[in-house]
Amino acid sequence: MAQLKVSDVTLSFGGLKALSHVDMKIEPGLITSIIGPNGAGKTSMLNCISGFYHPTSGEILYKDKKLTHASPHQISNMGIARAFQNLELFSGLSVLDNLLLARHQNLKYSFLHALVYVGKASRIEAENRAYVEDIIDFMELEPYRKSLVGNLSYGVQKKVEVARALTLAPEILLLDEPMAGMNQEEKEDIVRFVMDIQKERGITVVLVEHDLGVVMDISDRVYVLDFGEVIGSGTPEEVSHNPKVIEAYIGED
Amino acid sequence: MNTNDKLLDYSIPQLLRWRVNTSPKRPALREKDFGIWNTYTWEDYYTYVRKTALGLKAIGVAKGDTVAIISDNIPELLFVAIGAHSIGAISAGIYQTSMPDEIAQILDYLNVSAVFCDNQEQVDKVLDVREKIPKVKKVIFEDPRGMRDYMSDNWFIDIKDLYELGEKEHEKNPGLFEKLVDQGKPDDVCHLCLTSGTTGLPKGTMMTHRNYINMGVRLTEVDPLEPTDEYVSFLPFAWIGEQMNSFGVAMATGITINFPESVETAMADLKEIGPHFMFGAPRIYETIRSEIWLKIDQSYWLNKLFYNYFIKVGLEAAGYKMTGKPMPLGLKIKSWLGTQLVFRPLVNQIGLLRLRRAYTGGAALGPELFTFYQAIGVNLKQIYGQTEITGIAYMHRDGDVRPETVGKPLPGTECKIAEDGEILSRSPSVSPGYYNLPEKSKELLEGGWLHSGDAGFIDENGHLVVIDRLSDVMHNNKGEMFSPMFLENALKFSPYIKEAVIFGDKEDFVACLINIDPIVVGKWAEDRGISFTTYMDLSSKDQVADLIMEQVIDVNSRAEKEHFKIKRFALLYKLLDVDDGELTKTGKIRRKFVRERYQNLYEALYDESVDKKEVEASFQYQDGQTTTVKTSISFYTVKGV
Repeated sequence: MAQLKVSDVTLSFGGLKALSHVDMKIEPGLITSIIGPNGAGKTSMLNCISGFYHPTSGEILYKDKKLTHASPHQISNMGIARAFQNLELFSGLSVLDNLLLARHQNLKYSFLHALVYVGKASRIEAENRAYVEDIIDFMELEPYRKSLVGNLSYGVQKKVEVARALTLAPEILLLDEPMAGMNQEEKEDIVRFVMDIQKERGITVVLVEHDLGVVMDISDRVYVLDFGEVIGSGTPEEVSHNPKVIEAYIGED
Repeated sequence: MNTNDKLLDYSIPQLLRWRVNTSPKRPALREKDFGIWNTYTWEDYYTYVRKTALGLKAIGVAKGDTVAIISDNIPELLFVAIGAHSIGAISAGIYQTSMPDEIAQILDYLNVSAVFCDNQEQVDKVLDVREKIPKVKKVIFEDPRGMRDYMSDNWFIDIKDLYELGEKEHEKNPGLFEKLVDQGKPDDVCHLCLTSGTTGLPKGTMMTHRNYINMGVRLTEVDPLEPTDEYVSFLPFAWIGEQMNSFGVAMATGITINFPESVETAMADLKEIGPHFMFGAPRIYETIRSEIWLKIDQSYWLNKLFYNYFIKVGLEAAGYKMTGKPMPLGLKIKSWLGTQLVFRPLVNQIGLLRLRRAYTGGAALGPELFTFYQAIGVNLKQIYGQTEITGIAYMHRDGDVRPETVGKPLPGTECKIAEDGEILSRSPSVSPGYYNLPEKSKELLEGGWLHSGDAGFIDENGHLVVIDRLSDVMHNNKGEMFSPMFLENALKFSPYIKEAVIFGDKEDFVACLINIDPIVVGKWAEDRGISFTTYMDLSSKDQVADLIMEQVIDVNSRAEKEHFKIKRFALLYKLLDVDDGELTKTGKIRRKFVRERYQNLYEALYDESVDKKEVEASFQYQDGQTTTVKTSISFYTVKGV
């Protein structure tokens, strides 16, 4: 049974169809990749899942709940977190503060509790800090805990971006080109993290990525988009032998 | 007789038990994990050692077996090591940067039956060479991260499962552990310490319980420590420098050992702990000084003004402090003011404010560095010794820090200079020899004295002066002797020079290859609007060459003898590196290897007609891949030499 089901989704901006009649099934506990040439609609698909766009037609079901018209924060509360391609972090805050802030929805104490700051408020803060520290350990961000995000290298900021998504304790993690702009070593690093996120934390991963080598290596399922349509899907093996996919990537003859 | 002398009759586990009886609830170890410092009391320490010891026994480690440790510094590493000692087994440390093949050779040579790794990175290396190490029965790991695919293979065991095995054994036979600890003798071999090995495979130096404890007791006789003192463990455990602190000093004094969160955070964690003493190779002190200079340079004008004024005062005052001479009153007042206004806040910034003593050893440190640290109020002292004499045998005394010497012997250490100038020592800390190398052991301990292989003499104040490795001293083609290390250190005192390799054996003149310091020179170039991309690019800038030329001329102007002067040099396109085999694990230059590797540069250095040469630079990455880059390298001749 699919954890996330996209059926017949179409997204149009005026006359332009970003996505047309897309069907996808995201199975729990697997790495599903969405690939395709520039402008194929990969990020639009993620935007639809995470509620930034609402499909013109069709529906998205998450564990039998309709996401089609939910807002981003509702979707994130349901357990779908997203790491952005262009970093969406507070560059003037420390790594720790960025991550703690991402857990604001878990701060369920009142203004009065906060004023007194004994009992409930301090306990909840401590729990959140412990959770965030676990993520810092997992993403190996210890050396940067107190550094301002804006002062860190791009590669580290990308890691912080993924960590921020993880602190939401998601069931599904949407990663939008986590390896863009990275060198080989940083890429290998991130690949290891993506695999650990899936295997050690049991999180379903949806990956949008340009680097075909990486995608074919680590994905369990691949969907290929071209001009907003799914032109191929299946295991990496199946997809790489699909004539339509080869055509889209290499061109005709 | 010293009150601590009774400690010498204990083995390390017995001494640990004695500590538990004296101060069970005091912190023994502290580890930063998930952002919090977690404490292990002496009681906890002993309990974990018991669990590990009986666990090791349960997986088939017997008396006399070797347990290898490949790990960053974490408390578990001590549990495994002392656990092994408790059942009469021997521990051995392997550098974390070792390559798989090297690890296989070492494991085979030391007859290792179990390996402890901290994480998947090290486990993978051992797994890589599994066929070559049939004697290894189990691989113990601490961090299960990434180990999911190995769980089904019972060659591997999580340390938590090992604890459980040990606990079960203890429940079955509650008196067993104490009985095993009682069987330990102070003169049993407990650890094999790999010597850095400037040539070939490292040798395993056999160390006894008494070697370590004696060293700890004697060191603290000279420089006492309080049980409340803190120590930060950041040196590689495979190096004698870390073992002598964790096995020797900590056990002898009851200080707390603090383990940083990760290798990268060591300096930040150091600041949080504020240790009372520290020990390190010269590189650490050079790095800290470079950082201080950089910070001052980037600071605003008032800070700079104060610093520049008071550092002069401090340096002058340091001259008095180091020799123990009384200071004139005016200088005393100015120096006090400098300490309060500039140096205390500055030293606090790096976390060394509580530091009573800092020791440097393993290689020589520029005399100017001692004066610098003494000037800012850090009591930096030289120690000297070999792995084979448990690291420290000679040491500066407070108020008697003479940078050109390595100080006086520790109590109980005898020193003698052989006819050929070799330094010989004798003390209860001298190792009984090398593991399974009777010939080498005989050479090492000939006539009952430890042969250091270093040339030296004792000066009129009774201080030992080390000249160089006996085998490293060079002669030019006129037969005049010079020490390459001495000249290299003179060059390295320049903040712009990170590393230098001196040549000139059987040649007309002295020449050298220089590594510029990427951070300091990078900043220097930035300030002058010189754009650069990589280290290779920066090294090839004419302006940088001019800058280094000034440094070389400066060193030459201070040369004591005419034939010490450097005539030609070139700026190397890459930093000398441990991974490329150019430096030993402790940062010493592998002279012969460097000479062979850069043979074409060497030839050009001694061919005065060459001022530019095309070379192919090859780089090796940690995973073993190599790449080659073509570049041209310039050679410079110093005028008037």
